[in-house]
Amino acid sequence: MRFKDVFSIIGPAMVGPSSSHTAGAARIGRSARHLLGAAPVKADVVFYGSFAATYAGHGTDVAIIGGILDFSTDDARIPDAILLAEELGMEISFREGKGLYPHPNTARVKLTSEAGESIEAVGTSIGGGNIEIVEINGFRVKMTAIYPTLVIFHTDLPGVIADITGELKEEHSNIGYMSVDRKSRSGDALTVIELDTEITTDMLNQLGDIEAIQSIRVVDITDRFSAVKKLQSPELGPKGADENEISPSE
Amino acid sequence: MRFRHLNELAKLCADEQLGIGALMLAEQAAESGQSPEAEFAKMADYYAVMKDAVRRGLTEDTTSRSGLTGLDAQRVAAYNERSSPNLGIAGEAMAYALAVSEVNASMGRIIATPTAGSCGIIPGVFVSCQERFGWSDEHMTYGLFAAGAIGYVIANNSFVSGAEGGCQAEVGSAIGMAAGALTELQGGNPAQAVHAVGLALKNTLGLICDPVGGLVEVPCIVRNGFGAVTALAAADMALAGVRSAIPSDEVIQVMLEVGSAMPEKHRETAGGGLAQTPTGKAILRNLSALRNRPGN
Repeated sequence: MRFKDVFSIIGPAMVGPSSSHTAGAARIGRSARHLLGAAPVKADVVFYGSFAATYAGHGTDVAIIGGILDFSTDDARIPDAILLAEELGMEISFREGKGLYPHPNTARVKLTSEAGESIEAVGTSIGGGNIEIVEINGFRVKMTAIYPTLVIFHTDLPGVIADITGELKEEHSNIGYMSVDRKSRSGDALTVIELDTEITTDMLNQLGDIEAIQSIRVVDITDRFSAVKKLQSPELGPKGADENEISPSE
Repeated sequence: MRFRHLNELAKLCADEQLGIGALMLAEQAAESGQSPEAEFAKMADYYAVMKDAVRRGLTEDTTSRSGLTGLDAQRVAAYNERSSPNLGIAGEAMAYALAVSEVNASMGRIIATPTAGSCGIIPGVFVSCQERFGWSDEHMTYGLFAAGAIGYVIANNSFVSGAEGGCQAEVGSAIGMAAGALTELQGGNPAQAVHAVGLALKNTLGLICDPVGGLVEVPCIVRNGFGAVTALAAADMALAGVRSAIPSDEVIQVMLEVGSAMPEKHRETAGGGLAQTPTGKAILRNLSALRNRPGN
């Protein structure tokens, strides 16, 4: 079944005007923010296809920046997101991309943190506010951001995936979907795991002990585990790096 | 979910002596692993957002970012006040539906039902009927679960996005969902509610998605206004005992057939229909100028 539950039909709660061009764009931006794991100081966005053709009228630009500020799809601050980001000192650029792209509604987002770390993600907005992140730092992935998601950068070695899934088994955490890609044999690899349950600090600490793992990012834009009251806009204040990121050395 | 088709849904309801809304709440809780109370509370929050969107659309400036649309809901509401509108009380549902769609177009907060393009129809019908009949928010929240159950069947057997199936898939689906849910809210049984869905869907088969400039504004907003009125009409027919001679599940299959055959230019690409009229093209040229202006 393409549509799994009642809230894929009634919902999402969102700021208009378009579930694909506004809500979907916000979710792509927010996923990228979580992938960076910190507040970005620089955001470079490239729009392709229908995103490039209609982004002004649909507010795709403010929506994607709103997402990068960690706003949910129904955050009333989305229309002012570019102004708010600039007030926070974020450097923003938009470009219309040429060449091949995977879907009519595609955005490429490159974010850079104050520490100089960067992440580059390609997201597609496939309808009704649903998205797929199809590329992270050059790795091919498939990530919907519907579930709490572990994004694990590691070295391509035998047994790493068994170590990771073994740890998840210990935590009684069920895997809904998983994708694995590598740059080269025994080189850099990326494993993306969508889970049915909340990702806990304990789980991250355990995973962090696995030697081949370079870094872990948590993408959780479900709002399922944060009990956000939808009708109130929380105070502006991007989350700190520690909330989304843990490095094995810590 | 234990049902895939509307006839299965109606049968489950009859077997278990439950309304569509109550059955869907139980199914949703089973699917998500959350408590029924938590799922009900989330839907109740959504209904509060819908009511707030109606209020904002009737009182605030809803001029869209493109400047193409806004304030028509307030025009209709004022007209309803000062004269005797042809539609009678249905005029209120129309004004409310326009209000929510205009809030959407001006980047206000709405609930996609099933999409943002068709977000005015269910609130238009629900909020106006709640005021008229004095229904509780709890009653309305069950109604949203009923609408969701109907939409779930349509979405999984056909489609609910204009890019896939044209406007019939968005506005058409929303009308069917609103009509079936309203029939239940007014005391109709699940079989009658299912007939309301089929009656409503037949009226929008073939409707193309041809947004001017690619925006969710023209003709989307007025179609939400018309859609609310059609949903009221379909519920009235079903409550009066009118049956959909072609079963509703078969009508949904027709929507799939018609949408699949629809040319791409009539599926949300702005490549045909109203979007490609001389005026539609001129509007698109002005929008491009807006995009290239500094600050946009």
